Amino acid sequence: MKLFGEYCLILFKSQLQYRASFLLLSAGQFLIPLTSLAGLYFLFERFGSIEGWNFYEVALIFAVIHMTFALSECLSRGFDMFSTLIVNGEFDRLLVRPRSTVLQVLGSKFEFTRIGRLLQSAIVLGWAISGLSVDWTAWKVVVLALMIASGTFIFTGIFMIMAALSFWTIQGLEVANVFTDGGREMSQYPISIYQKWITRFFTFVIPFGCVNYLPLMYILGRAEDGSGGVGFLYSLAPLAGFVFIVPCLLVWRVGVRHYRSTGS
Amino acid sequence: MITVNGINKSFKVAKRTAGVGSAFKALFRREYTDVAALSDISFSIGQGEIVGYIGPNGAGKSTTIKVMSGILVPDSGTCSIMGYTPWQDRVKYVKHIGVVFGQRSQLWWDVPVIDSFELLRDIYDVPESEYRGNLTLLTETLDLSGILHTPVRQLSLGQRMRCELAASLLHSPSILFLDEPTIGLDAVSKLAVRDFIKVMNKEKGVTVILTTHDMNDIEALAQRILLIGKGRLLYDGGVEDLRGRYAADNASIEDVIVQMYKEYQIT
Amino acid sequence: MKAYVSVFKLRMANGMQYRIAALAGVATQLFFGLIFIMILVAFYRHGGAEMPITLPQLAAYIWLQQACLSLIMLWFRDNELFQLITTGNIAYELCRPTNTYGFWFAKLLAMRLSSAIMRCIPVLFIAFLLPEPYRMSLPPSPVHLILFVVALILGLIILVAISMLIYISTFITMSPTGSLLVFALSGEFLAGLTVPIPLFPGWLQNIIYALPFHWTADFPFRVYSGHISAHDAWLSFPQQLAWIVILVGLGMIAMRAALKRVVVQGG
Repeated sequence: MKLFGEYCLILFKSQLQYRASFLLLSAGQFLIPLTSLAGLYFLFERFGSIEGWNFYEVALIFAVIHMTFALSECLSRGFDMFSTLIVNGEFDRLLVRPRSTVLQVLGSKFEFTRIGRLLQSAIVLGWAISGLSVDWTAWKVVVLALMIASGTFIFTGIFMIMAALSFWTIQGLEVANVFTDGGREMSQYPISIYQKWITRFFTFVIPFGCVNYLPLMYILGRAEDGSGGVGFLYSLAPLAGFVFIVPCLLVWRVGVRHYRSTGS
Repeated sequence: MITVNGINKSFKVAKRTAGVGSAFKALFRREYTDVAALSDISFSIGQGEIVGYIGPNGAGKSTTIKVMSGILVPDSGTCSIMGYTPWQDRVKYVKHIGVVFGQRSQLWWDVPVIDSFELLRDIYDVPESEYRGNLTLLTETLDLSGILHTPVRQLSLGQRMRCELAASLLHSPSILFLDEPTIGLDAVSKLAVRDFIKVMNKEKGVTVILTTHDMNDIEALAQRILLIGKGRLLYDGGVEDLRGRYAADNASIEDVIVQMYKEYQIT
Repeated sequence: MKAYVSVFKLRMANGMQYRIAALAGVATQLFFGLIFIMILVAFYRHGGAEMPITLPQLAAYIWLQQACLSLIMLWFRDNELFQLITTGNIAYELCRPTNTYGFWFAKLLAMRLSSAIMRCIPVLFIAFLLPEPYRMSLPPSPVHLILFVVALILGLIILVAISMLIYISTFITMSPTGSLLVFALSGEFLAGLTVPIPLFPGWLQNIIYALPFHWTADFPFRVYSGHISAHDAWLSFPQQLAWIVILVGLGMIAMRAALKRVVVQGG
């Protein structure tokens, strides 16, 4: 963990060497999700609500998802950009160092410019919360934090699987966009508005629904309708994100093993 | 110290064919051909030796180095280095070795050299006193004091290579793998690198395995040569013996190597 | 003229090589298309009052968007061009006996077309087979189809002319990212790629209609679905042509000025 911090520090120092472009990129990252947000806003202006969800409720999810996406792009950029590490042979270097490959890949790159995006989503989050009438309890705050942490794990896990696949081929990995960019776009709305098969896939396979729809039901107090236990159960849904990372790590290990037996 | 026994390694190479039809087919099924990169490589190296590992491009030098440094797992054969099998206990094993890839950097590009060193210290878990001692020694022998606080991207290639060497020795490894350490260097830097390798070998007893295309490196450093061609080990012996075998006394080592390549038909 | 044709051909062949990437692209586009339509369906379900565009028209709008993505997105990056500019190697381009603007224009056009050809047909094919309300509908009459194709081609020329301006601006900023990205994104927003333009509030639509962006995507798609009548489409073509003249003219002037700067500065 200490080492992770040091990787952070050295890369942050590197980044600061290019101060102007750093600031510019951060500003750009601040503005990028703005068009999505504007789109969201105008749609709600026209339609009023989507399947009974109002603008602030959806904006809350929007903010959480963009925040987790920014966090995972910032922290696990090493996995996101992993194919370059393979192509230029840098991965060999990591293998001759006495540390786990996961830690070293994470430490190979940080995208600090995502701070702009993070800031933007934090502002939207504040806006959404101020527009909602929720009785905040300590546990609800914890659930919100869990949603963010868990979403970060999910995106990181997807990046990790894609990185592992690039041990076999670097062609066609654009399809990962379905799960990263697509997952992000899709999870901006409560996942319940989609067709059943999409809802199921993104709840039970890639558990975006567990960081968006289910815990939101709890936070908004909508889950308490039925039996008393359901709401609390919903609030635990974000834990699925932490479970999700396990198979991803396994795939990664298989990938590394493959690389070491083929060297391709 | 190092025993390599009957290492085999082959790679699958996808067949590429021309034409849209076959390219479309390749989407679904690819045909592969096996290319033997290493066949039945065996040798052993003792503590404190400097061994030159030579051969034409694509002969299998890098593959051997990758196997010995734990990056690649061979198809068959055994390898024991300091009691470890490199590809099995990777994390434990690599603490004892240093690797320099001449064409790639292990230093962080945009920060001062010393920052990279300190991060490496923590990656390798080097105790502070040991680190201080090594840093002092390396700074002196490689004449780094003036450039430690310069970002790597501002260094010349020669300066950078000196820093690379230092970086790979911070954790006092017993074995040093050098993959083309003098590539692209000017004459002065080459000499500095060679001298340094000699000093480390003599004073710290570091075993050095060195691949290079510069025969002067071999002549200056190695007592022993391993020649590899088309994946096979073709020669294992002293530099002087070679000279006796192939040429008159006044022939340069280049000439000898050229003759050897010709004899084995590996060029 | 021949030079432009051959750079166009080369680029086409080059782009066609990336078949697997195209396959992945098709899958991605299909997913995005489905998601967007599902969102709109969900909005419409409780939308109540009269809507400015019908769902089937929207579905066609979204599918054409996804199918023609490489023909309509502003941000279609050609790293080669950026590198030419930022490294100063652009000076070599000047040695060629061709008009640089025309040369680049042909290159960018070919890149987009080659990428679109491979993605467009499979996406549309599948979109036509989907169940309601996701199905892609046919245009109300063959006339609309022809008008759509004309509008799309004119739109494509407008788009490439705009993206040329982006490339030329890197002469001044020397950094292809940051501010440009924002510019490109807002351009796409104004072209209806985020939310279909008929769904925007009236005041914003008025702004959008005064800008060139919606001619590249929004306009041809609405011609296809019949949301814009054949008569109105005819009346709009002169506007598209006018934008082409303005944007290409601006680009040529800017290019000349930028190249002059390069020559003066010595690259």
